[in-house]
Amino acid sequence: MSETGGHSHDLPHGDGDVAAPGGEEEPARTPHRVIGTPPPAEARTLLGGQGAEAAVPAPRELPADPPDLASAKRAEKVVAAFFILSMLASIGFIAAYIGLRVHSVDAVLRSNLALGTSMTVAFLALGFGAVIWVRRLMPDVELTEQRHVLASSEQDRKAFAETFKEGADASQFTKRPILRRTLIAATLPLGLAPVVLLRDMGPLPGTSLRHTVWRKGTRLVIPDTLRPLRPADFDSPGGMITVIPEGYQDDDEALAKAATIIIKFAPGQLQAPTVMNWTVQNIVAYSKICTHVGCPVALYEQTTHHILCPCHQSTFLATEGAAVLFGPASRPLPQLPITTNAEGYLVAQSDFHEPVGPSFWERG
Amino acid sequence: MNMASDTPGTAGEGPVVEGPVVEGSVDKALAGVGTFIDDRFHAAKGFRTLLRKVFPDHWSFLLGEIALYSFIILLLSGTFLTLFFQPSMTQVVYHGTYTRLDGVRMSEAYASTLNISFDVRGGLLMRQIHHWAADLFMAAIMAHMIRIFFTGAYRKPREFNWLIGIVLFTLGMLEGLFGYSLPDDLLSGAGLRILEGVIQSLPIVGTYLAFFLFGGAFPGDVIIPRLYIIHVLLIPGLLLGLITAHLFFMFHQKHTQMPGKGHTNQNVVGQPLYPYFMAKTGAFFFFTFGVIALLATFAQINPIWLYGPFTPIAISSGSQPDFYMGMLEGALRMFPSWSTEDVLGHTLAWNVFIPGLLPLGLLFTGAALWPFIERWILRDQREHHVNDRPRNAPTRTAIGIAVIAAYGVFWLEGANDVIADHFDIPLYETTEIARYAIFIVPVVAYILTKRICLGLQRKDLHLLEHGVETGIIRQLPDGEYIEETRPVDEEARAVLLARREEPLPLPGPGEDDENGVPDPTTRGAVGKLRLRLNRVLTESVPLPVGNGNGHGNGHGNGHGEPERAAVTAGDTGELPAGTRDDDPSETA
Repeated sequence: MSETGGHSHDLPHGDGDVAAPGGEEEPARTPHRVIGTPPPAEARTLLGGQGAEAAVPAPRELPADPPDLASAKRAEKVVAAFFILSMLASIGFIAAYIGLRVHSVDAVLRSNLALGTSMTVAFLALGFGAVIWVRRLMPDVELTEQRHVLASSEQDRKAFAETFKEGADASQFTKRPILRRTLIAATLPLGLAPVVLLRDMGPLPGTSLRHTVWRKGTRLVIPDTLRPLRPADFDSPGGMITVIPEGYQDDDEALAKAATIIIKFAPGQLQAPTVMNWTVQNIVAYSKICTHVGCPVALYEQTTHHILCPCHQSTFLATEGAAVLFGPASRPLPQLPITTNAEGYLVAQSDFHEPVGPSFWERG
Repeated sequence: MNMASDTPGTAGEGPVVEGPVVEGSVDKALAGVGTFIDDRFHAAKGFRTLLRKVFPDHWSFLLGEIALYSFIILLLSGTFLTLFFQPSMTQVVYHGTYTRLDGVRMSEAYASTLNISFDVRGGLLMRQIHHWAADLFMAAIMAHMIRIFFTGAYRKPREFNWLIGIVLFTLGMLEGLFGYSLPDDLLSGAGLRILEGVIQSLPIVGTYLAFFLFGGAFPGDVIIPRLYIIHVLLIPGLLLGLITAHLFFMFHQKHTQMPGKGHTNQNVVGQPLYPYFMAKTGAFFFFTFGVIALLATFAQINPIWLYGPFTPIAISSGSQPDFYMGMLEGALRMFPSWSTEDVLGHTLAWNVFIPGLLPLGLLFTGAALWPFIERWILRDQREHHVNDRPRNAPTRTAIGIAVIAAYGVFWLEGANDVIADHFDIPLYETTEIARYAIFIVPVVAYILTKRICLGLQRKDLHLLEHGVETGIIRQLPDGEYIEETRPVDEEARAVLLARREEPLPLPGPGEDDENGVPDPTTRGAVGKLRLRLNRVLTESVPLPVGNGNGHGNGHGNGHGEPERAAVTAGDTGELPAGTRDDDPSETA
């Protein structure tokens, strides 16, 4: 145990003053060292000796051996076994890397299992070995280290304040306000410049969020097959189909706004505020982009006509203009005006009549 | 310089002081290297102190170490992944090992992630190690912060480290979100879409911010490379710098210690850095790495090949973010559909930006301000190096549990579809319940926690006053049966009495000084508020006077009138004023 006396409060706040018993009183006695002067020779001792006082060896703080040598001997074997196990596992890891190929799902699973298991064993065995080493082989000790008050002495604080003030005075910063003010004036626009520099990270939104690529006559097609649809393809009322504007299947930016769902209803099921002029033979088209934060509304319950967004469970009633039934969305899904063209395919009458997707400040 | 004495030749320019001859090869090597270093750095004294630096021991002190080691594992595994990952949104058609996605259009980012998983040896393992380490990193940070809060380890002089910790937590969330977005799979793409929707909802600047971040409309073709450079350079750099500062402060101010025999505010009791702490913490690093490797081997995480590449027109149900983002997700799900569609031609989407900003904003701001609020309420300017046991700060503990409960409600609501599915609860009811629970659960948690803490304090008091029950029933000569108790041992008593270093209560109303002047800090509306808060914050079961050494002492104290006992910290009648300020080492 090393408990220093009260003088530790006067020490400079270097870390950890576990002063060795035998009392190293130097810091208190040695006169304040001026920066630049060489330290007194006896202060430059290394590992163990205390300079001129080194003649008196410090007593051990840590015992050299654990109390029970027989038990330590057994523990030694266990630790060594763990370390050998770890070594073997590491060799196994290298072997598995060289020996096991990948390039197929099954091979990857085998390789992952072999590499992962050997790595796990290598690390855990090292960990267990080290812990047993500490607990069983190293003699148990408890040391007490003194803390000192973190605050500096009044004297040191005063000295710092004076030094700081001297510097400020010498720099003329306090005396010459015009220098101070022009310096501040110079840094303000300089700090603004990097922010301005970020301007070209993206275009201004303009009105782009208000429009999609749907135009008068754009055919509604199935995303995978790109097959256009006729009303006759829906022989009975039923499920929800995702459609995209023809020709935009590879344009994610266009699809992120233009994705649309269509649902066929039995006559009389569709009600206001669904715009009936925008439907064809009880087929209605709504934006697939949720008006909450923009997830695709991908779930549809046929019996209740609920359209559900799987992200945050906003629920829209398909028969009534996709009005919000539940959840955090605040607006119905916009309805896409559709009709049939001369060949009988489903086409858009126009773009959506309001912005699709989540709210934004300029939406109005 | 005794260690240099047998190698004067190698010491060269260094001053050589005669000393005893050093024997043995270890000593010789030490002398050689030591002299070489010391001649150049004047390091012997500092290093000697460093080797003997004492580290206190407690299981909960390992939580921060888990976070640190997870971070190191993240750096290592992440560096490996950058060797193979292509942060590019260029569209390619896949013809690789994973035949189920053959011919599918996808980004290079997604294709290269498939490549890492199926064509790079150890690639899948490293991906899973990286992801598990990230989850463990965040979990460990949370657990560590909870430990710091409940033990009061954030108090003076450690407020800066608490603040750094909050910044680290925030950065960790962002780093994780950006990281799992990089593979550009369907799940993480939905996460980015939600991020875009939330940014876009911010009043005035939202649309512009979203367009600048994504380089135009969602999804654009720059978001992955931008997130990549933030993920692999910017945030890790900040994390590394802040973690360094965090450790340096901890090192310089010395670690706190749990209450115990001989543990005082003026010392730190434990084992020295060398060799004990080094060996233990080294072992702990291996354990952390081993457990993460174990998880990465046997617990599949983020199988992006099952999700498919991102497309804005599809999504899978049961989409969940990583656990540390669950709170935001829950807030978004829970908030009602309030929005103002036309304020002078503008839209205010309360339903998005309030849940997007408010819960986390409150949590982080509240956590950052708490040490200063507490210090102001308690009028406590002292340094605290001995941790509180959570029960000994009932109000603080109750506040902490209430916050955790609120976080938990948000978090569970973030998985409400899964909960509804597994527990057969109608989906909408889970949300309805959560909307009430977010207000009720924290209040109940607060009240319950406080009662439990006070109850535990009474139990401690009972132990101090009556000792430990031995289970031995003895008959007295007059026929009475008593159960024998023995006083608690020294170590336990030191723990039980650790509360002596209680915060100074403000004077009560009417408690004037000797001149009949009420304390100026209790005047005015602010003073009265402070006084009230002080009463609430210092509510505790009073300790017995004196040493409370087991039997017979302090009988009847706080006994028989528990209700009164429960309200009093300001009731100075229980403790002589002098003992409050006492150095705990004297009483313990």
